[in-house]
Amino acid sequence: MSVIVRQDKCTGCETCVDSCPFDAIEMRDGRAFINEYCNACTTCLPVCPEGAIIETEAGAAPSDSGTKFADYRDVLVFAEQRDGRTAPVSFELLGAGRRLADRLGSRLLAVLLGADEAEAEELVRWGADRVYLCSDPVFRRFNDDTYAAALLRIIEEQKPSIVLAGATPVGRSFIPRVAARLRTGLTADCTSLEIDGETGNLVQIRPAFGGNIMASILCPDYRPQMATVRPRVMKRGRYDEGRTGEIINTGFKDLESRTRVVETVKEVSEISVNLHEADIIVAGGRGAGGEKGFKLLRELAEAVGGVIGASRAAVDEGWVPYSHQVGQTGKTVNPKIYFACGISGAVQHLVGMQSSDIIIAVNRNPDAPIFNVATYGIVGDMFEIVPMLTARIKELKGQS
Amino acid sequence: MNIIVCIKQVPDTAEIKINPETNTLMREGVPSIINPFDLHALEAAVRIKEDLGARVTALTMGPPQAENSLREAVSMGADDAVLLSDRAFAGSDTWATSYALAGAIRKLGADIVFCGKQAIDGDTAQVGPETAEFLGIPHVSYVRKIEWIRDNTIRVQRLMDEGYDVVESPLPVLLTVVKELNQPRMPSLKGKMAARKARIRIMGKADIDADEDSLGLKGSPTKVKSIFAPETKAGRMMLGGGPEEQVDTLIKELRKIRCL
Ligand SMILES: Cc1cc2nc3c(=O)[nH]c(=O)nc-3n(C[C@H](O)[C@H](O)[C@H](O)COP(=O)(O)OP(=O)(O)OC[C@H]3O[C@@H](n4cnc5c(N)ncnc54)[C@H](O)[C@@H]3O)c2cc1C
Repeated sequence: MSVIVRQDKCTGCETCVDSCPFDAIEMRDGRAFINEYCNACTTCLPVCPEGAIIETEAGAAPSDSGTKFADYRDVLVFAEQRDGRTAPVSFELLGAGRRLADRLGSRLLAVLLGADEAEAEELVRWGADRVYLCSDPVFRRFNDDTYAAALLRIIEEQKPSIVLAGATPVGRSFIPRVAARLRTGLTADCTSLEIDGETGNLVQIRPAFGGNIMASILCPDYRPQMATVRPRVMKRGRYDEGRTGEIINTGFKDLESRTRVVETVKEVSEISVNLHEADIIVAGGRGAGGEKGFKLLRELAEAVGGVIGASRAAVDEGWVPYSHQVGQTGKTVNPKIYFACGISGAVQHLVGMQSSDIIIAVNRNPDAPIFNVATYGIVGDMFEIVPMLTARIKELKGQS
Repeated sequence: MNIIVCIKQVPDTAEIKINPETNTLMREGVPSIINPFDLHALEAAVRIKEDLGARVTALTMGPPQAENSLREAVSMGADDAVLLSDRAFAGSDTWATSYALAGAIRKLGADIVFCGKQAIDGDTAQVGPETAEFLGIPHVSYVRKIEWIRDNTIRVQRLMDEGYDVVESPLPVLLTVVKELNQPRMPSLKGKMAARKARIRIMGKADIDADEDSLGLKGSPTKVKSIFAPETKAGRMMLGGGPEEQVDTLIKELRKIRCL
């Protein structure tokens, strides 16, 4: 399949040039020309007002993945642990994995390395049908070689159709090695996963260009379809105390790692943990104006039982420590309520908080982009609104 | 010691937006830059050269224009520059990109390969680890400090979610680096002169003993099906009136959905 411009129809209007995510359309002699950087994604087709851009060898029939990949059925989740305790992202993956497996009518498998049986049972209660458990202490610490070798063996044996892992420092480091070896595609940092009704392929949605665009990505001709999934984005499934499943103790002999972790140093502040787990976050930006603004926000946070977040602007100004920063270069959060006060809403901030259940934005500028994602928008002065809100909430809580 | 630094030419993405009506990228006038993480990778390589002696090669896969990034790399201290460029590489995803880069690195030979943590356009952070796998060498991601290199071993700090790990690896190794690692230098006058005169070596598919079916669009397992603007949440509500009325409505709404 390839995409070409019909030179007889092209009027040289250049509309298509900017539509290409790969910069593959250039103007030659007053006509659009598609160069070799084309990915055949067809984004430009509907853009041309003349209908001059067409697909040649048109639409190779949707690949018949049903029969070609009949051996590849299950959904497999890599469940990450830290110090032997299952990491929260694993439960989110099980939630997403369960939905996909139910949709496909297949089983949900989980792989747990370096934790014990009690943790494996938890994975079953969160939705896994079968857990491959390896309690060998060699897996307590993360080494790319051992993790990649172990996961690779289970995948080669079980032939899952879909493999999911957290887009954490661990997942993003070793999963690419596994994909490279399996000669299959890996989609990074996904925020949504669906099954295409027609082909049964996994449709993977992910942000690119620093969160400025979203891309929908397929891996139609190779199996398994692999994805890392951004933490705090997928919803957990239902926890079922009485759920039963299989736990398979797996031993790996002769696994060796070329790299060696000689020491693990913890540098967590209370706050960073709190931000991830908070139900309510009260965040301020440049509009908070300084320490005084943040004092008001702290009072609101106290009244609602929330914690303080901040945009990069406020952190750069030195009003709040970096550990409070939400966004592309800070933390991704997903609370029930996110108060954005005096935050304009640059994409880099939005990518870190837009999946919050409810977003309340207070900003003086009615055109601030934060209002595009806000559930409730208040155009106004936070120095006026926030104390009023705090007082009203205190009042309400005093009554109850 | 031979060090290869993989650099990618990227649009300065902080400025790239999508037009929500037409779903097209608005890239007019967006300059091309060296991927910011790769500047830290290059700086790390040049410091090793200054401390222990090494030959530093900057390597990029891309269109002929990517030569500009290579010259910039030379101005910052790279000794050699290699442009991996061939029509056959076009449309590569991370798998095919890593396959081709590994082919070139194998030919050039390296004790340490540096990559950035991730490229700010594709944003996948996959090319480093995949390249290491193709090369059959270990890698360490998110390197924030290099503690020492001796006896064919390197000790680094790897940034993790809750702190860092101290990791040792034998050479050859591939490292992907984060910004905390160092502060990249500005090009010196001498560097700029060298950049102007530098000979850029061009490698194509014939130079890397590649399997044709593993290159470019054809060799790429992932396909970008479409791109679109990030969605804006439905059901949003602007609260009107003066401050008191706004606060009042907000409280009522929050109570209605049992959030207060
Ligand atoms: C919108 C969009 C989404 C995409 N999503 C995916 C996806 O999910 N999965 C996938 O496999 N591909 C994807 N791609 C393709 C991918 O962006 C390209 O393969 C790209 O060439 C390399 O990936 P990256 O930009 O993510 O680099 P990263 O893996 O983030 O780069 C890490 C480091 O690798 C080195 N490096 C990367 N590219 C080069 C190069 N050309 N030359 C030299 N060194 C380099 C640099 O040191 C860089 O710092 C996507 C492309 C687009 C446009």
